[in-house]
Amino acid sequence: MVLKIIDQPRYVCALGAMQTVQGICRAVPVLHAGPGCAAKLAGGIAGSNGDSGYISPQIYPCTNITENEIVFGGEGRLKETIENALRMIDGDLFVVLSGCTTEIVGDDIAQVVSSFEGSEKPVIYVETAGFKGTNLQGHEWIVDAIITQYLVKKPGKGRIKGLVNIWGPVPSFDPFWIGNIRELEHLIREIGLTPNTIFGENRGIEEIDRIPQAEFNLLVSPWVGLSNVKKLEEIFGTPYLHYPVLPIGAYESTRFLQVVGKFAGIDPSLVTAVIDRHEKEYYYYIERTSDVFLENRTMSRRFSTVTSTTDALAVSRFLVNDFGLIPATQFITDKPPEEYHETIRQYFRDFTYRISTDIVFSRDGYEIHEEIRRTDYHGAPLIIGSIFEKKLAEELQGNFLAISVPIKERLILNSSYVGYQGGLRLLEDIYSYVFKQFN
Amino acid sequence: MVVNTKLHAHETRENRLGSITGYSGTLKDLHHKACCGTLQDKERCFSQASTCNAACAFSILSFIVDAAMIQHSPSGCAVTAMQVSNSKDQLAAKIGLNHSKSCYVCTDMDETDTIYGATENLKEVILETYRRYRPNAIFVGASCVSGVIGEDLESVRSEVSGIIPIPVALVYCEGFKTKIWASGFDAAFHAILTSIVKPPEKKSNIINIINFYGSARKEITEIFHEFGYEPLFLISNTTIEQLSRISESAATISTCGTLGSYLGNGLSDLYGVPYVVSLQPHGIEGFDCWLSELGKVLGKEEEIKTYLAREKEKYLPKIEEVKRKLKGLKAVVGMGPGFNFNTSRALQELGIEIVYSAAWHFDRQYDDGKIPSAFDHLAHNSPNDFPLNVCDLQNHEMIHILKSAKPDIFFSRHTGSTVWAMKLGIPALCLYDEYDIFGYKGLLNFAYSILDKVTNRSFTENLSRRVKLPYNDWWFSQNNNHFLKSGEDNGS
Repeated sequence: MVLKIIDQPRYVCALGAMQTVQGICRAVPVLHAGPGCAAKLAGGIAGSNGDSGYISPQIYPCTNITENEIVFGGEGRLKETIENALRMIDGDLFVVLSGCTTEIVGDDIAQVVSSFEGSEKPVIYVETAGFKGTNLQGHEWIVDAIITQYLVKKPGKGRIKGLVNIWGPVPSFDPFWIGNIRELEHLIREIGLTPNTIFGENRGIEEIDRIPQAEFNLLVSPWVGLSNVKKLEEIFGTPYLHYPVLPIGAYESTRFLQVVGKFAGIDPSLVTAVIDRHEKEYYYYIERTSDVFLENRTMSRRFSTVTSTTDALAVSRFLVNDFGLIPATQFITDKPPEEYHETIRQYFRDFTYRISTDIVFSRDGYEIHEEIRRTDYHGAPLIIGSIFEKKLAEELQGNFLAISVPIKERLILNSSYVGYQGGLRLLEDIYSYVFKQFN
Repeated sequence: MVVNTKLHAHETRENRLGSITGYSGTLKDLHHKACCGTLQDKERCFSQASTCNAACAFSILSFIVDAAMIQHSPSGCAVTAMQVSNSKDQLAAKIGLNHSKSCYVCTDMDETDTIYGATENLKEVILETYRRYRPNAIFVGASCVSGVIGEDLESVRSEVSGIIPIPVALVYCEGFKTKIWASGFDAAFHAILTSIVKPPEKKSNIINIINFYGSARKEITEIFHEFGYEPLFLISNTTIEQLSRISESAATISTCGTLGSYLGNGLSDLYGVPYVVSLQPHGIEGFDCWLSELGKVLGKEEEIKTYLAREKEKYLPKIEEVKRKLKGLKAVVGMGPGFNFNTSRALQELGIEIVYSAAWHFDRQYDDGKIPSAFDHLAHNSPNDFPLNVCDLQNHEMIHILKSAKPDIFFSRHTGSTVWAMKLGIPALCLYDEYDIFGYKGLLNFAYSILDKVTNRSFTENLSRRVKLPYNDWWFSQNNNHFLKSGEDNGS
């Protein structure tokens, strides 16, 4: 038998996607789950970046399942909880999420939620039992439920010219989610498009209601959200542009603007003007600091990432295409569904100068670390991952940056590595570690 | 008998101690009902997410230096590994230890496992974990899923016990088993008592201190050295070898009654290690009582008296000075019962009036069958009989209380409970560390923290002016105990 082991957990279960609901302003997760699921999951994913917004895990209505509900069923308890939640909590959208126990004992969540059809505030449900998938799959299921249980029931409105829904960054699980979404908005706004996003401050039910009116959906992610934009195309006939790379730095941001501009039919001269302005500024900084980039004893030439598919791809593309480093193996730790594995491999074979890199899908941090130890980086490795890589990098006398959960030891409010600015931020952070050592 | 070593699992607090999570009344009424046996738990017909005993069990076990944690669960339950990922190293570094190793894995149970079971994989994971890390013990945690599908963990343990030469301890901390997350401490300590601790071979001069993270390690070590004893701070930063010999210690004492009850009384019952029953060392009276009761057990009463008198001389005048500036302040306290009643006493020592109190749960007795000392002391000595709710960390109840009680300051301890007072414009002080009010010096620092909080209210007011609470007005026009079902017993 194949050993199934998570060593150094870097993703959580489907219910962890409660953070996606919480990422929508005034949306309220209602949990039909054990008493500890919300606090634990939030502590692990959002923990070191804070989680005390308008709605927080302490606010989530939750049935706090006990033996009683396991023996006698918890449907009555759920109904009572939703009723009181609607009365008490000032929210715009209530999303019922089930946990492991309630699904195993067979509570009919759909049936319970259907009794709230027509209530003043919409109530939808998602089966997010922990054993069914990861928090990233849970994220997709939640967006899917918003489309299929809420949006389809709204009367159709016309398209809004230039309106683009942006999908990709996953609330909380991507520690830079807000900053990343805002920067993507900023980039497409600059080429004359109007972004529509549903996560973060001042984004909520109105933005959700506008989703069907967009001219196209823009998915900026290797795989998370692909099923959602397909669903939107199927139901509302909205075309989508799948741009698999979260753009970091000049090379990718420029390419991103060109591809999006072309897809949207934007005048190429406008796009070129925006690109030129950004590149000029970006390379002012790069030129000014290249002495420091190049003249030091400790910066690495080869790197590995140990992170989500999105960040492994985004960071690799930046370090190779923008910054001239050579990739060693990249380790993908967010357990993407197997159907995407081959496509993801292709993405890592497409760097400049025909550079390509091996990738390994793994949830086993021990094996990943052993593999990194076995690798000869021909110098100090740069390891970009989570806090789990900190000691490893020290052991190997390499360079290190934590960018994905568990991230720890740094605070992210609205920073972002996306765009031209984001590339500069990433260099600042990498070199801040490099400079801690003797140079 | 506290610890029934024949039982695989501890009994939950609800069943063992008659602990409750729902009550609305006053301090003295609760005391009366707890003493005369008429206290009944009340269920809620609406609840918000609280927390689970697995989090408590594994957040303390995972700080053992050389033990491995295995969670037999879907991936989400192992999220505690993310939370402790670097904390263990940081804590070790703080006390100058360089031997911390982290090992925390999960069997990642999936849908197929819920149908066919996954004990085979668990067995392989245990063996692989041993191969990888050579820990000196492995703690295997049950989960809601493993519990509901009825995984036979005991057989897995028997199977692997013949293969690997270290104890494999089972931690029965299924989230649905109890509403009182402190039961998770008991689950962890049951595992330690039944699988790790060995019968004593000799007596030592070690005092077991049951605590969380040992922040006052330096101060306590100095005090204990004066009397010829060595403290052993349990259980973070201890080794399996140290834990196996805690039965040889001269006494056990705790900084938190809730935390200490099962292990302290268990060691006393099983191995005759005296468990010091006292107030916890918060503030003047707590510190006096904590050390004096320990002194009685050790036969060091005179020495401790002299020590306390010397320290009092140093700090009491300074405390008196700051007390004058705190005069007239009204406070609300919202914490677990262990810290709540000790913090309340310390606040009253500073002349601060408690106007409302909320305890997340309530133990009507500890494992020695006695009412918790700190609660008993407060009920007898509090200058006023204030309203008190046992509210299971229910935010809606807490906010309602704060909004109507309008205190000058709110004292919290639990993650996620501080900011809500601030959102109401009430300055809030989170006593995040268990030693924040430790002894006279701690009380002095605490007094200045309070003074600082109520003096500069800018952060609180700036925030509260710009945020809205997530509750409808409807809620605030109800009683704060609106959702408590009346007169219902949970069968305990």
